[in-house]
Amino acid sequence: MKKRKVKENFMEGLFFIAAAASIFAVVLICFFLMANGVPAIGKIGLVKFLFGTEWSPSDIPPLYGIASMIVGSLYVTAGAIIIGVPIGLFTAVFLSKICPTKLYKIMKPGVDLLAGIPSVVYGFFGMAAVVPIFGNSIISGCIILGIMILPTIIGISESAIRAVPSEYYEGSVALGAGKYRTLYKVVVPAAKSGILAGIVLGIGRAIGETMAVIMVMGNQARMPVSLLKGARTLTGNIVIEMGYAEGLHREALIATGVVLFVFILIINLSFSALKGRKK
Amino acid sequence: MADCFNIKDLDLYYGDFKALKKVNMDIEENKITAFIGPSGCGKSTLLRSLNRMNDLIEGCRIEGSIKLFSEDIYGKDMDVTLLRKRVGMAFQKPNLFPMSVYDNVAYGPRTHGIKGRYELDEIVETSLRNAAIWDEVKDRLKKSALGLSGGQQQRLCIARALAVNPEVILLDEPTSALDPISTGKIEELLMTLVNKYSIIIVTHNMQQATRISDNTAFFLQGEVVEYSNTEKLFSMPENKKTEDYITGRFG
Ligand SMILES: Nc1ncnc2c1ncn2[C@@H]1O[C@H](COP(=O)(O)OP(=O)(O)OP(=O)(O)O)[C@@H](O)[C@H]1O
Ligand SMILES: [Mg+2]
Repeated sequence: MKKRKVKENFMEGLFFIAAAASIFAVVLICFFLMANGVPAIGKIGLVKFLFGTEWSPSDIPPLYGIASMIVGSLYVTAGAIIIGVPIGLFTAVFLSKICPTKLYKIMKPGVDLLAGIPSVVYGFFGMAAVVPIFGNSIISGCIILGIMILPTIIGISESAIRAVPSEYYEGSVALGAGKYRTLYKVVVPAAKSGILAGIVLGIGRAIGETMAVIMVMGNQARMPVSLLKGARTLTGNIVIEMGYAEGLHREALIATGVVLFVFILIINLSFSALKGRKK
Repeated sequence: MADCFNIKDLDLYYGDFKALKKVNMDIEENKITAFIGPSGCGKSTLLRSLNRMNDLIEGCRIEGSIKLFSEDIYGKDMDVTLLRKRVGMAFQKPNLFPMSVYDNVAYGPRTHGIKGRYELDEIVETSLRNAAIWDEVKDRLKKSALGLSGGQQQRLCIARALAVNPEVILLDEPTSALDPISTGKIEELLMTLVNKYSIIIVTHNMQQATRISDNTAFFLQGEVVEYSNTEKLFSMPENKKTEDYITGRFG
């Protein structure tokens, strides 16, 4: 009797520890970032750091303004959304409501595979197929990122659309509406909050992506001047310089991570808010 | 009195399964026709063949013919969307769209090309009045339709069907999820609507059939066993199986 109780308690503890591990990791990351990054922001000055357009760690005195990279990140993310959302949404509607079962069995694993491809491979693909056309530029970054966020948007939108009760579909068809009008006017709007959640998650993926973007985008640390010119993102800034940075330079890079973290936090909060609204 | 539907030698298959067997029926115009029978006997199946909602089901096919005012609805020239405009439908569970009351009712007319604000307003009000729900919703036309009670939602579904100006209304157990008072309201509503529309209703409630219908068809395992004037069918059924069913000996 007692032995069983001990075993029960042990199992409960095991599950709890497993569950706590991920939370612990988040807290630790958060703490590490803040402890290392926030003092640097204090030293540089919040306004100078966020709104300064010059990033020249080797100047004397060095300048640490990340405005150009914030703008760079926002540009590629927006571009990725503009490219990825329409394609992703149409694909999701196609997969959930139009495509015959046989084709679905081929397409769905294909889309899933897209999610599993490592980002260097995307970067390599971008260098081979996109850069020759658009150069190392923001556009190239947008195209590659637009493809990379497809599986996220397709997956979440597809399940949102599938969750729309078939009664809505029937109700519309019974009034004489065609299939596409029904999808456009009733089914997709009914899945709106789920689809928005997918888009938000796609934004999160795009803003955090590093490797592929560096490989196709050029990485000049200056205010983006044209879509056909290169630019640097927040993630790119960290990866490119972290290897050799020291002192305040290194801390400024970690502070860049803090800014990124805040972006992701905002995105995840809006994701939860959108998901919560469903009910 | 003319017929709205003439059903001739209708067989219906779901894949290999024969769900309707040699159904022959002439359904009268401006009357309420009730379909009764035990679960799974094919009432909904026949009802959904009348506006070709069965087209949505993969592997469903029919033999025989159904004519709507002497036009073959499975004929080559039949425009299915137009057919569904002429033959409206309300389902067992109210299935309003997650939109405002107004947009729900305006959905059908908009689908069929009516855009004018003034014209839509008028159609919405008339439909709601005809479905006897105008007074209950007139102050909340812009609010979500899903906040209404089940009974109100079902009447709104009927209003939505009326808004495309149909000739026939099909109802599949429209009151089975409703309380007696809401049920009474819908029955009353159907009895006023029948002056303008032909109504076909599937029901498991035999009192309901006797209360409101003019004609009744009794189904059993995909066959129409007996079809006649409601009063006659319930007082002097010709078939032994009908008698057994209406006296509650099976089903
Ligand atoms: N989509 C479908 N695919 C295959 N078989 C079906 C389908 N829909 C109905 N059936 C079968 O056809 C028969 C008739 O079904 P139907 O829904 O018309 O019965 P019903 O009389 O409306 O029953 P209930 O009173 O329970 O609503 C049943 O045996 C049912 O299992
Ligand atoms: Mg049924």
